Amino acid sequence: MAKIKKKIKTITVDADKCNGCRSCELICSAFHATPKYSSINPARARIQVIRYPMKDIWLPIFAGEYAPAECMGREKYLIDEKQYDECDFCRAACPARDRFKEPDSGLPLRCDMCEDEPPQEKPLCVQWCFSDVLIYEEREEEVEEAEEVDEAEIGLKSLVDKHGLNKLAETFARMTQKG
Amino acid sequence: MRYAETGYYLEIDLATGNIEKVESDPRLTELHLGGLGTNVKLFWDRVPPETKAFDPENLFIISSPLLVGTPAMSFNRTCVTTISPQTDLLAYPMMGGFWAAELKYAGYDKVIFRNKSPKLVYIWINNDKVEIRDASHLKGKGAVETREIIKEELNEPNACVAAIGLAGENRCFLASIEQGRSSASRLGGGAVMGDKNIKAIAVRGTKDLNLARGAEFIEHVNRAQDYIKYRNANPIPGVMTILAGIGSPQEMVHTDERWHTENFMWGNSRLRRRGFWDERIGEEWPRIQLEAIKRLISCYNCPQHCGALISFRDTPRYKMKCFTKMTYAMAAYVDELEFNFRIAQRATEYGVDGFGTPQILAFAVELYEAGILTDKDFEGCPKDKEGRFYWLLDRMVRREGIGDLMADGLYWMAKRLGPEAEALEHNTIKKHEQLPLKLGTLDPIYYLMYTTNEKISITQIEGNWPQGAFPTREMREEFVRDWPQLPDDHFKQYLLDWNPRGENSIPFFPTPYMCSEIVDWMEMLHNIDDALGLCCGMGSFCLKPPYHIHNYPLLVSAALGMDIDEAGLKKIVNRSRNLHRAYNNMKGMSRKDEKPPADHWKRRFPELEEELLSTYYKYKGWNNDGIPTKERLHELDLDYVAEELTKRGILKDGED
Ligand code: SF4
Repeated sequence: MAKIKKKIKTITVDADKCNGCRSCELICSAFHATPKYSSINPARARIQVIRYPMKDIWLPIFAGEYAPAECMGREKYLIDEKQYDECDFCRAACPARDRFKEPDSGLPLRCDMCEDEPPQEKPLCVQWCFSDVLIYEEREEEVEEAEEVDEAEIGLKSLVDKHGLNKLAETFARMTQKG
Repeated sequence: MRYAETGYYLEIDLATGNIEKVESDPRLTELHLGGLGTNVKLFWDRVPPETKAFDPENLFIISSPLLVGTPAMSFNRTCVTTISPQTDLLAYPMMGGFWAAELKYAGYDKVIFRNKSPKLVYIWINNDKVEIRDASHLKGKGAVETREIIKEELNEPNACVAAIGLAGENRCFLASIEQGRSSASRLGGGAVMGDKNIKAIAVRGTKDLNLARGAEFIEHVNRAQDYIKYRNANPIPGVMTILAGIGSPQEMVHTDERWHTENFMWGNSRLRRRGFWDERIGEEWPRIQLEAIKRLISCYNCPQHCGALISFRDTPRYKMKCFTKMTYAMAAYVDELEFNFRIAQRATEYGVDGFGTPQILAFAVELYEAGILTDKDFEGCPKDKEGRFYWLLDRMVRREGIGDLMADGLYWMAKRLGPEAEALEHNTIKKHEQLPLKLGTLDPIYYLMYTTNEKISITQIEGNWPQGAFPTREMREEFVRDWPQLPDDHFKQYLLDWNPRGENSIPFFPTPYMCSEIVDWMEMLHNIDDALGLCCGMGSFCLKPPYHIHNYPLLVSAALGMDIDEAGLKKIVNRSRNLHRAYNNMKGMSRKDEKPPADHWKRRFPELEEELLSTYYKYKGWNNDGIPTKERLHELDLDYVAEELTKRGILKDGED
């Protein structure tokens, strides 16, 4: 495969600075609404602030790749005397939990760094974080060319994983006939 | 489709357990916006003014105002509305935090409770699924504890829970409704919640909230955000620290408290402690504060840091905001801040108002020292100042012994003890505890704000207008140069002409008419905030705020898709404000009640005060008794109110 230059976008999360406002969740959901900014629903956000206030845990996590099955083992983390629960750091939409799934359809969500036309200067969550928790950087790297998977395909794939290809195809055919 | 609001109320009859999701009338939004505005209307329509706080017919409304949950930053207030057991007037304690936004996302603008539950319950609102659940296992539990237990048993770490502690369960008038870093503390909202046998209301919402013209809305929000960033980087020079910034008082951030400790009269407003902030205190208090604060936290969708997670040595964790960091220590005359962080933890679990409670504890001590309360009343009470405060607090929230008197607040406690105690009670307006401030010369603006507004709370309706005249002309010119928040430019001249002393100074300047204009403007801002759900720290309660009369209409119009201009918005909030007034008039409130404590200022001017009140009433379109006139009510499409006031003989035919 050919090598291409790719923009690598990173967001460093300085979680100790988080004041827990959840503006990142709010604006993420608004930006990804159709039409843009027409609705708000933090449960649809591709960034979630994992929060256990009494344990002093406010941890912004971005939705990553969708996982068809849950992990075999689970970890607990002890950092600075704070115990993080299993799965807290995990970025996947997975069958074991509701996080990073559309609340109505259950389809998986993934952070797309707010791809936009014209491009946003920074992802919206970064723009809306006034506490400097989310620090955005871009750099260029040479990588192998890979096929971009679009959102609809990820969604469909998760349905295939859940119901099987046959069932899905049948349902799809039935729905198409009904119009 | 409904925009900015969900268009649904949750109506819960606690006596029968009946729960209904009811579509609200969109016309009400046009007439009263939401939050306080529509709550007042619901009371007018449904609750006869004869109703007392603890009657089953009293409603307990907990609501999410119009712009809460939208991307507009700092619109996150919960507006509770109910008849106050302390004042017998329609009260609306407010709180920040996260609860109100969550309610919107669950699909409701308000939860309206009527009647009383036969046993202690909590409410679990999970989108469309709403349950009344047994709370017998939570009886007597602290408010913080309760929230944690509920989240655990629901297995919903993201649920928002508003809960009462022991004080609310025992219908203590100083009981608060606690919600993490925020609380609705004033005027006995927690007592009514307790009376209805609601221990807590938990909510989780994962539904969409819609905006009519989202892209346009975001543009207005972005502009306000630019200003927030600008103001956070550029505090106003020449005013004290807490006035220089935006947001609620950033008391968890600031550590230098020389001004407040030395200028307020703490406790029962008896002593100004000049020279208090000495070298030891100046070193120790900031150090203890920083040690106690684990993290600075905000309310929903707000970039500020007004609250804190407190983790102080062996004291269980809790959250705090504002002056609670020192109200107890100052009131008890305990000069160790450590005491404050410990007793505030207990007080937060009990769920009590962090301003009024230290005052009532100090009042009890004063009554004891004056021989009005006796050794018998204080039997078992430790002798040290710290121990005494803990003991009194414990009694108050349980209504044990003298605690039963204390639980009703300063006014009623004094009244029940008789004239000697009443002579010592000097810090209430309309039966409610006020800021422990006693000043020199009557301030005409504050006089009107304190006496005439229905908020009757610590913040009253002050904010956008500077608290005092700037000392030099240059400072005034500098201040007015960049002041787009003003409703009209002619206000600038008032400020330019206003001197700290001599000619054009208080009490005669600003003139009664100017004062009326200023106070009316500030009151309108508070009323807008309380209908839209904005934290007053980002609007009405601060100097040069990000939100003001020129951008509220833009936000409301874009959110609702209904074009409202400044005049239209003013008319709406005036409508709700006069409706509220009329309701309280029907409950007996009138000019006779609009009085600050006799010693609120050392130098009083009775004639001027009468003139101030009369001028202001006239400006508002109220008669000399403080009742909205028929003409005024007619202008505001409130003829039905005029009719009712006339029928009750509150307004007389032919009278203006
Ligand atoms: S300014 Fe402070 S009190 Fe107001 S919403 Fe923001 S964090 Fe809350």
